[in-house]
Formats: sequence, C-alpha cells, structure tokens
Amino acid sequence: MLPALGQAVGLIDILVVLLYLLVTVFLGWLGFRRTTTAADYLLAGRQVHPFVMALSYGATFISTSAIVGFGGVAAMFGMSLLWLTFCNIFVGIFIAFIFLGGPTRKMGHHLDAHTFGELLGRRYQSRTLQGLVGLIIFVFMPLYAAAVLIGGAEFVAAQFNVDYTVALLVFSVLVAVYVVSGGMKGLMYTEAFQAIVMVVGMLVLLVGTYAILGGVTPAHHALTGMNDQVFPGFRAIGHRGFTAMPQFGWGDMKYNLWWIVVSTIILGVGIGVLAQPQLAVRFMTVSSKRQLNRAVAIGAFFILVVPGVAFTVGALSNVYFHQHEVIRGRLINETPSADVVVKRDHTGVKTVPCRLIHLDTTGDGHANVDLIAEGLGPAAKIMPHANIVNLSDGKVEVRPAATSFTRSLVHTARGWELNPDSIIPLFITSAMPNWFGMVFLLTLLAAAMSTLASQFHAQGAALSRDCIGAMRPNRPHGIFATRMAIIVGIILAVALAHHLRGGYIIARATAIFFGLCAAAFLPAFIGGLFFRRMTPAAAISSLIVGALVSTAWIVLVKLPESAMFGLAQKCSGKASLLLDHPNWPVVDPIVIALPISLLTAIVVSCLTRPCAKDHLDRCFRQSV
Amino acid sequence: MLGIDDTWIALAYGLCMLSTLLSVVWGVVNWNRGDEAPLPEDVRWAREEKDAEEAQ
Repeated sequence: MLPALGQAVGLIDILVVLLYLLVTVFLGWLGFRRTTTAADYLLAGRQVHPFVMALSYGATFISTSAIVGFGGVAAMFGMSLLWLTFCNIFVGIFIAFIFLGGPTRKMGHHLDAHTFGELLGRRYQSRTLQGLVGLIIFVFMPLYAAAVLIGGAEFVAAQFNVDYTVALLVFSVLVAVYVVSGGMKGLMYTEAFQAIVMVVGMLVLLVGTYAILGGVTPAHHALTGMNDQVFPGFRAIGHRGFTAMPQFGWGDMKYNLWWIVVSTIILGVGIGVLAQPQLAVRFMTVSSKRQLNRAVAIGAFFILVVPGVAFTVGALSNVYFHQHEVIRGRLINETPSADVVVKRDHTGVKTVPCRLIHLDTTGDGHANVDLIAEGLGPAAKIMPHANIVNLSDGKVEVRPAATSFTRSLVHTARGWELNPDSIIPLFITSAMPNWFGMVFLLTLLAAAMSTLASQFHAQGAALSRDCIGAMRPNRPHGIFATRMAIIVGIILAVALAHHLRGGYIIARATAIFFGLCAAAFLPAFIGGLFFRRMTPAAAISSLIVGALVSTAWIVLVKLPESAMFGLAQKCSGKASLLLDHPNWPVVDPIVIALPISLLTAIVVSCLTRPCAKDHLDRCFRQSV
Repeated sequence: MLGIDDTWIALAYGLCMLSTLLSVVWGVVNWNRGDEAPLPEDVRWAREEKDAEEAQ
C-alpha cells in the first residue's frame, strides 16, 4: 500500500489533507474542552446550534452507503433513484422531524428511555418487547454496518489502488480504534464539520460534473442519448434508459427492474428510515421542539445536496465514462481473454469473454488501471470497444467508451468482475483532481465512522440494556456486555463485508435492514406514540409477525438472497418458492411484511386490553 | 424539463426541489416557535444519558 500511496499523493494533496486533519483535531480538542454531546447541552441547560444539530444528524444518517452504494445503483439504473431522494427529504426529514421527533423526545423523557428497545418496552410495559427489539437490532445491525464498511473500503481501494481486502482491513482497524477509544460519543461539532465538508464536496462534484459534460441540459440530453448503451441484461428486465423510469407492469420478467427500484430501493429505504433505532434515539437528545423545527430546513437541504447529488452524478457518470474519459499511461500488459463476471444469480455465474488491458498512469511501473478493451466473439456487440492510440513517448491514450457498469472492472479472489459499488470511487478518481479525491475520501471515511459508531453503539446498547437488561432489570447494565457486543458487531460486519462484495450489495444490504426495521418496529413505534388504544399484545405480535414475514420472504422468495440461503432450493427444488411467478421474487419484503404487520397490530389491538390508564397518562402527558 | 423528457423522472426532480423548499419554509416560519424550558425529567434523562456515554 505504501508505494502506491507515495505515487498517488503530491504536495498539494498533502497540504489539503493536513489542513483537513488539523481542523478535525482542533474541533475534537474544542469538543473535549467544552460541552460536546447533546446530553452535555441538555445538562448545561443550553441549546445546540440548529446547524450543528441538523448536520450531525445528517452525518449519522448519510454515509458511504448512500453515496457509494446507492450512487452506484443510480449509475446502473439511472435517475429513477431521485424518487429515493424525494422520500429521504419528505419522509426522512419533513415527516420524521415534524411528526415523530417531538412525541419521541417527550415520551422518551417521560419514561426515562435511552434506547429504542427501552422506549417501546416502557411504553407497552413489556420486557419481552424490549428484549425482542434488542435481539433484532443485535442480530441484523451488522448487515447495515457491513454496507457502510464496504462503501469505505471500495473508496480506499480505488483511491490508493490497493486490494479491496487490504483496504477493508485498514479501514476496519481505523473504525475499531475510533469506536473503542470513545469516538462513539457523538462529538457534534466534529460530525457537523464532516457534514459541511460533505456538502461542499458534493456541490463541487455536481458543478464539476456538469462543467465537464457541457452544462445541465446538454448533460441530461447526452444521458438520454445513451439509451442504446444500456446493458442488454438490464434492458431485458425493463431498463428503458438512464433518464426514464423502468417499464411498469406485472407478471413478466421485463417488469423486474421497476419492482427492484420502486419496492426495494425507494420504498424499502424511503419508508424504513422512520423506524431506524439509532436515528429515533437521536430525537430524545433534542432539547426542544424549536430545535426540531429549525433542523427541518437544514436537514432537507443537506439531503438534497448529499444523496441527491450522489444519485444525479452517479447517473451522469455514464456520459463521462462513455464520451469524455481519456486515460494516458504506459501499457503494462494485456489479458487476451478473460471471462468477466457480469452477474451472479440463481442460474449461476454469467460471464462475458473480453480482452483486457492494464495501464500504469502513475509511472511506478505497476498497472493501476484495468479496462475492457473489447468483447470477444458475440460479446463484441454488448461490451465497450476502447479506442487505443500509441503516443510518441511510448505511452498510449485510451478512450474506454464504457458505460459506468462496464467501466467498473475489478479483480477479486474469484477473478475479473463488474462491481457497481466501485463506480462512484472510480468516477471521482478519474474525473476529479487528486486533492479533491483525497479530501472526499477523508470526508467519506469520517462520515462512515460517525455512522458506524452510532450503529455499533446501538448494537452494544441493544444487547446490554435491552436483551440482558430485560432479563435482569434490577442489575446495573454491564459495561462488559456492551463492549463485547460492540466487538462482536465489528467482527461480524467485517466478515460480512469481506464475504459479500459485488452485485450492488451495499444498497441491497441497506434495504434489507431498513425494510426489516420498518416491518418489525414501525406499527409498534407509531402506534405507541400516537394511539392510546395500541396494546402490548398488538405491539409484540406485530413485531414478531413483521420480523418473521420479512425474514421468511428473504430466505424463501426474494432473489438473489433466497438462492444464497439455499433453503427454497431444498424445499422446492427452485431458487425461490415463487420462481415461476414473475415478479414476486424481486418484490421487496417491506411490501408484504409491513401491511401484514400493520394489520396484525390493528386486529390484536381490537381484541386485547391496552395498558392501564394511569400509565398511558404518564406516557402521553403534555409538558407544560 | 432541463433535458429530462420522462414525466416521472422530471416529477421526481421537481418534488425533490419542492420538498426541500417546503422544509426550508417550514423551518424559517417556525424558527422561533416551540421553545421549551427543560423540565426536571429532561435533566434527569440527560444525566443518565451522560452516565451511559461515560460508561462506554
């Protein structure tokens, strides 16, 4: 890694990075000297500045998963992902802050709840419920943490041209040190600074991208003009171009993409954010409704700029890679024939034979850019044909003429494959100045650390306060159990991140976690906040039904996940129980599990008794 | 709109802008509303939260 680092970094890069680190260290020092966390502010009777509060929330909410993972999905599937940005703003900020923030804060304080499990457990006077919430968070949070880790590792791998496994290990060690050394205490000024750098970075990225592509309207026109470049595998499932929604319908494979984009990406994540335990708990740290009101404005702008730009630029990266990218370097060697993996699904591994070229653009004699030169045989029609010109100084000038998908060539332990999660890091490395890539990398890694810290914190608290605390309520919450849960969480997340690379796994893993949280927690959470008639039995049964239906759908029906588990194969001889019934295997669990969970909550509430009146009065009393 | 011909994508683009505008207007109009003095239970909650943070 070090030789690659030395080659990749120049004087300006070092100065910019040093400045960034100095500001971060200064803010951290400032934080330690003064009040730092939201609890400190509450204790001191002061208010966190609304900018700081909203931006630190944003840094926890948005990280490498949204920018790298979902940005890569936008590069494959196009601008339909802007619907997710709309959901993030309208549902994740406007509705969450205005309608859920205040009641969550008040009820949390009335009931002295400090975790999501405690909030639900105390609202419904049920330790069983608290334990179940903790168990679900403890078991499934590593999946979401792995998505964030993969995003960070992909960026490190692309920026420094190092092996993904090395990048993952280095990043994981940094995260572990950060979390273990106390970084999980939300240092709000540091997080807010990270968010500001993210906003500035994304704005520079947006302006830079449109400038390279000739302006807003010409860039969009150029993207629309690339409809014939859509990968045939995507066209077969309904991809109608990068500036169009996928084909809508039911009962045929050609509608699969619409259901993937709308049910998994847009609904799964867009609605799932309402029941995110680590975000709901943040509302309790707010000192007044005024702060929430103010944070709505800043939070919405942050979401528009950060994921909104990531999805727009992700889609536009197709125009850059296809029409504008020029790579100059020394041709180190060629792979005359390589089977490039374009897809892994229940039918097996789909490969396309290609000729590859390997270039050295840094001058260290080692190939750091791998490209598809052409497809071989019939594949010539579907793969890019790079234009290679020999220069007088012995170098070559290559125009890859690829789409973002066919440009995302990476070498893994399993061979050469196209990896959509590499697209955004590749785009920034290729299209932007090196110093920008370095600052962007540091910002993304810092934001990923904030998110990971909150995830591991939620996981630690889920085990010690919710699971063990529910079983032994009279004993103090164990620090040892919390730390063990965090260490287990880190190990599990790293193992998953190592094992699961490829196939836009960042977005898929995030969507699974968000969807599961929505199906399991949302009826109990919303019902608990707003309806006195919602009963403990209804909350427990909706949680169990939501979690079980979600899990069963993932394990038995949803492709490609059900093929990975293999249970449906054993039961029915097919990769999915509904394999012969398109489009069921690509419908996200949230579409099935959330309505069933909601219905369960309503029916059981009608049949069972709510909590005692004096307890409900305590939960719902107005602060005056 | 801005070179995007598909109605649904143009709608998503427009709704992103409109929902941000709505949120900003809401935030500005309610900028000074909703201020609440901390109650004893808020302070107790913050103290326990601080203890939990320091225990980690």
